[in-house]
Amino acid sequence: MSEEKIIITISGCDKVGIVAKIAAALADLNVNIEDIKQTIMQDYFVMMMLCSIKDAKKSFKEIKENIINSGRELEMEVWVQRKEIFDSMHSI
Amino acid sequence: MKDFNVQNVIETIEMIKVHHLDIRTVTLSLSLRDCAGDDTKTVGRKIYDKILKHAKNLAKYADDLENEFSIPIINKRIAVTPISIVAESCTNPDFVYLAQILDKAANEVGIDFIGGFSALVDKGCTNGDKLFIESIPEALASTKRVCSSLNLATSKAGINMVGVLKTANVIKKAAELTKDADGLGAAKFVAFCNSVTDNPFMAGAYCGINEPEVALNVGVSGPGVVRWAIENMPKTADLGEVANIIKKTAFKITTTGELIGRRLAERLNIPFGVIDLSLAPTPAEGDSVAGIFEAMGLEAAGAHGTTAALAMLNDAVKKGGIMASSYVGGLSGAFIPVSEDAGMIKAARDGVLTIDKLEAMTSVCSVGLDMIAIPGDTPASTIAGIIADEMAIGMINKKTTAVRIIPVPGKKVGEAAKFGGLLGEAPIMPTSRLNSSVFVNRLGRIPAPLHSLNN
Repeated sequence: MSEEKIIITISGCDKVGIVAKIAAALADLNVNIEDIKQTIMQDYFVMMMLCSIKDAKKSFKEIKENIINSGRELEMEVWVQRKEIFDSMHSI
Repeated sequence: MKDFNVQNVIETIEMIKVHHLDIRTVTLSLSLRDCAGDDTKTVGRKIYDKILKHAKNLAKYADDLENEFSIPIINKRIAVTPISIVAESCTNPDFVYLAQILDKAANEVGIDFIGGFSALVDKGCTNGDKLFIESIPEALASTKRVCSSLNLATSKAGINMVGVLKTANVIKKAAELTKDADGLGAAKFVAFCNSVTDNPFMAGAYCGINEPEVALNVGVSGPGVVRWAIENMPKTADLGEVANIIKKTAFKITTTGELIGRRLAERLNIPFGVIDLSLAPTPAEGDSVAGIFEAMGLEAAGAHGTTAALAMLNDAVKKGGIMASSYVGGLSGAFIPVSEDAGMIKAARDGVLTIDKLEAMTSVCSVGLDMIAIPGDTPASTIAGIIADEMAIGMINKKTTAVRIIPVPGKKVGEAAKFGGLLGEAPIMPTSRLNSSVFVNRLGRIPAPLHSLNN
């Protein structure tokens, strides 16, 4: 169900350990990573993760706070959003 | 949809982060028809209890959705049945007391504004309406969150000129009673022609007598996004292409509003009402309707061509948005509030955007003369003339028009009124020096126009 899918967008300077740290935080929360895509935009590293929070141990709010904190430790900007917003905006 | 598209995700985040895409308002429309009674205090208690019952979770659930979708929801509001109707059966109705009850309830549930301190007097006033109108200035001065409106004209009934002159005096007095805040009272009041019963925007939101018990209406925003889309086009792109890009952008903005509105209505367990497709500017840099005119190729708002640009914008926004929602309503179009739009403020300050040009623009925009500051010593008869002109444009063109004008006490052309927040800052604009008093003091009603032979 789309409501249980989230998209995590992480951007900033590329460095060692970004995927590892975010993935570890997600594993802790029992959030399943279904897909990862990454790109370089204007010298910035941008990574997006499609995740399912169906079996997550915590609420959306707590998951978001956790991931944003992990991102902050890496000096990366993190956006955590329900996937629906992208589905509705970009399809007829 | 299992997959996701990197470009789409980046575009959405950029629209929100850089170009100020937001949900301007989620407005709970609540009928108070069952709160009528013969004692003001009892009516007040029923109103208070009903608002608390239905709206207690509005702000919290809206904040939750803002967090989950990472899209700002700027205002949470309530629109109620016109209080003139709800309290008309009271013996010696105390309307100011009821305004204070509305304010207290709004404060208690943590919303930004409550609309519906209103009366529908396009054809004439009842005894209750007359008392109600007299109470408006004090009601606005003694409350923070209450917004008031009067419907003075319709295409079917004509223009109530008695109401127009009364309204001009209400505006003067409301400004005078709030002179320490640059006449802020008048900024919370609007006079309408063809007012809309499901409008989620203030100051004119109210729950019409034809509306359901309760519903959630949503107003979207995003002039910054439209401007950005046009700026990304080559300067040689023809206006058909520009209209197309506006439609596509309006579609994206509206789907987001529809999504948030439906989710919030679900959580509140009430029906989703309408989405209002309006492009509403804010004083933030770039979030400007005037900026869209500049992107289209006009030097500033007010240049010859502005009315044409606005007409195209207004129409394209509706065409794009209408595909994105099952129920479109409200005012739907492009707002041109002077004090709330950085580009308009600058154009007005530079003297290139005048009230006359704004009046012409209102014949094609979504509403009317909005958030315009004029000198505090402007005679009531001149304000009545301004209102009558605006009502005439709405009446003849079968559209909603409105006047939200602030005669700023003690200030003159060249100075500015500062309201703060979303209401922004307004340079004092000159009005005509010519006298309208004999005309507006004739009173009576301007008859409804012919609805055929449309030339």
